[in-house]
Amino acid sequence: FQEDPIRTGDITVFKIEGRDIPIVHRVIKVHELQNGTSKFLTKGDNNQVDDRGLYAPGQLWLARKDVVGRAKGFVPYVGMVTILMNDYPKFKYAVLAGLGFFVLLHRE
Amino acid sequence: MHSIWTRANAVFAFTLSVLAAMTFAAFLTTAFNDNIAPVVIKSSNAQVKNVPNYSANRAKNDLASLNFDIQVDVSPVFNWNVKQLFLYLVAEYSTPLNPLNQVVLWDKIILRGDSPVVDVSSANPKYYFWDDGNGLLGNDNVTLVLRWNVIPNAGYLPLVQASGSHTVRFPSNYITGKF
Repeated sequence: FQEDPIRTGDITVFKIEGRDIPIVHRVIKVHELQNGTSKFLTKGDNNQVDDRGLYAPGQLWLARKDVVGRAKGFVPYVGMVTILMNDYPKFKYAVLAGLGFFVLLHRE
Repeated sequence: MHSIWTRANAVFAFTLSVLAAMTFAAFLTTAFNDNIAPVVIKSSNAQVKNVPNYSANRAKNDLASLNFDIQVDVSPVFNWNVKQLFLYLVAEYSTPLNPLNQVVLWDKIILRGDSPVVDVSSANPKYYFWDDGNGLLGNDNVTLVLRWNVIPNAGYLPLVQASGSHTVRFPSNYITGKF
């Protein structure tokens, strides 16, 4: 899978240098040179403008090395657990406390 | 083995396993569809300018404009496992500098329940049609193809190309002034 070339329509997971959070957006432009190197531009489907505003200052295109993965499938609702934990930290602490409680008190 | 907690734990774990199996079954029901439909694409009024690209590196690149028509009915692609379709019109061409270029000119999101008939006529590209260089002048093999990404409730995200494409020829002279 890693050798498949990146083409428009692919949903890529990429990281911008200096930023931790990866972004999962669709490739809308591909320009490939004779030697096989390519440059891409991405954009979120529901956004009005492309992602140049999100890239590092001075960066106009993404290169193959910036891409860490591609979205191939979709499983519903599995991410909600992480979102709930991030949005409601008290819920996260409650779950951790509950787990600790359970481990300490479980007999057998 | 009869406390409320062990019972609750057993029910919860079983529910999760059943949900996972049902999600997998849902994915299997539509995993082998080919999701293709025919499309008619036409274009007119293709023109090229050579101007500085201020959204990129300020060098003079080819900027193209054209009017295009798209007619497609995607209802055969929708099924109970399709949440929405993301359609996009790609211009593919090659230039002496870059043997492969793909630029998305237009896209549309169709949710399940929206009208599946797309009838766009004499539209301008939604996104600027810049070449990374000067390869659009006189380029007579620019192919417009319509593709879509099937976004399911559960399963693969296939990219499908509609059957039918259109070739655009750009003139060999730049135009100056407004399009």
